[in-house]
Amino acid sequence: MSFIESLTDYQLDALKEVGNIGSGNAATSLSMLLNHKVDMKVPAVRIVDYNEMMELVGGPDKLIAAVFLRIEGEAPGNMFFVLSPEEAETFVKQMTGSEDFSVQEPPFDEMAMSALQEMGNILAGSYLSALSDFINVLLQPSVPLLTIDMAGAILAEGLLELSQVSDYAIIIDTIIDDHEDENKPIQGHFFLLPDPDSFPKIFNKLGIPDQ
Amino acid sequence: MNTLESKLIKVGIADLKFAKSPDVLRTSGLGSCVGVVIYDASAKIAGMAHVMLPDSKSSKKSELNQFKYADTSLPILIDTLIKDGARKFALKAKIAGGAQMFSFSSSNDMLRVGQRNVEAVKTVLNQYRIPILAEDVYGSSGRTIEFSIDTTLLNVRTVSQGTKDI
Repeated sequence: MSFIESLTDYQLDALKEVGNIGSGNAATSLSMLLNHKVDMKVPAVRIVDYNEMMELVGGPDKLIAAVFLRIEGEAPGNMFFVLSPEEAETFVKQMTGSEDFSVQEPPFDEMAMSALQEMGNILAGSYLSALSDFINVLLQPSVPLLTIDMAGAILAEGLLELSQVSDYAIIIDTIIDDHEDENKPIQGHFFLLPDPDSFPKIFNKLGIPDQ
Repeated sequence: MNTLESKLIKVGIADLKFAKSPDVLRTSGLGSCVGVVIYDASAKIAGMAHVMLPDSKSSKKSELNQFKYADTSLPILIDTLIKDGARKFALKAKIAGGAQMFSFSSSNDMLRVGQRNVEAVKTVLNQYRIPILAEDVYGSSGRTIEFSIDTTLLNVRTVSQGTKDI
């Protein structure tokens, strides 16, 4: 049995709390960026196989806009911020006030891509700095990279480190709830994928015994 | 061709599936992963692997899914085809994938995994003397591929360049 499959409920709860701390801070940043209230919640810490992870965002074929960054420091890992192209457009419209662009099919608008990348940068930065303070571990985001492509192709990149030790991934998922437009609620996903070696460090810092 | 009656067989990540005429094999969202089709056109039998990593020996655990690695998945694919009636000398291959989805400036070797996957796949096919009749590899786009054993065409779809048959 791999490490991931043997995590206790107590440890999973602790990871969920870690996600809550990070996403709370990111929600505040996003609210300021968009100038209205945005909620984020961590519905679950999921243990999924790779194919299930693709299904979480609509299947491997689904077109997604994803900001990917590598977490460097004492507890390295990967992080994704995933939106559907429609949701990405709504966000960019709210941020820039511009209506005249498309991210649903190539060629993608440069201004919109830049705005999305900056949003990913701000969100990931605030998420990680809260996390870093909470568990007292140095975490630094790499420069975020934005890609709009098939979900399978993008998300598999974040699983490579993990796939050497496990057929499963622990996903600390965050759902963004934007109440600005009741008809078109935005549902973004934040995926935090710590490297396998980072879990003992995180648990250790939280004072949770390793099994 | 009775395409209407053909069944679509989906191949997941780190997965391996087989098809006989008139069924069609498909795997979706290949990034740095490589999709490998090996077939015997006369015996009308094909197998498709979705390879994620080049080498099982780099793994830190031994009991992992063998379909994940080029060096373990492809031998199973080839042996099973022969057991099911394909002739070894008639086997041909088509491959697609191995893209680099993100261009990090980091020296991290994991990020060149697309290229290493393609090289590992070619090494195994070469060992078995299986010719690669068509390939669509590298680049920076995700691919969805579909293979019909009746036409022996591999259909490759990308978001930015549409579809093509190779």
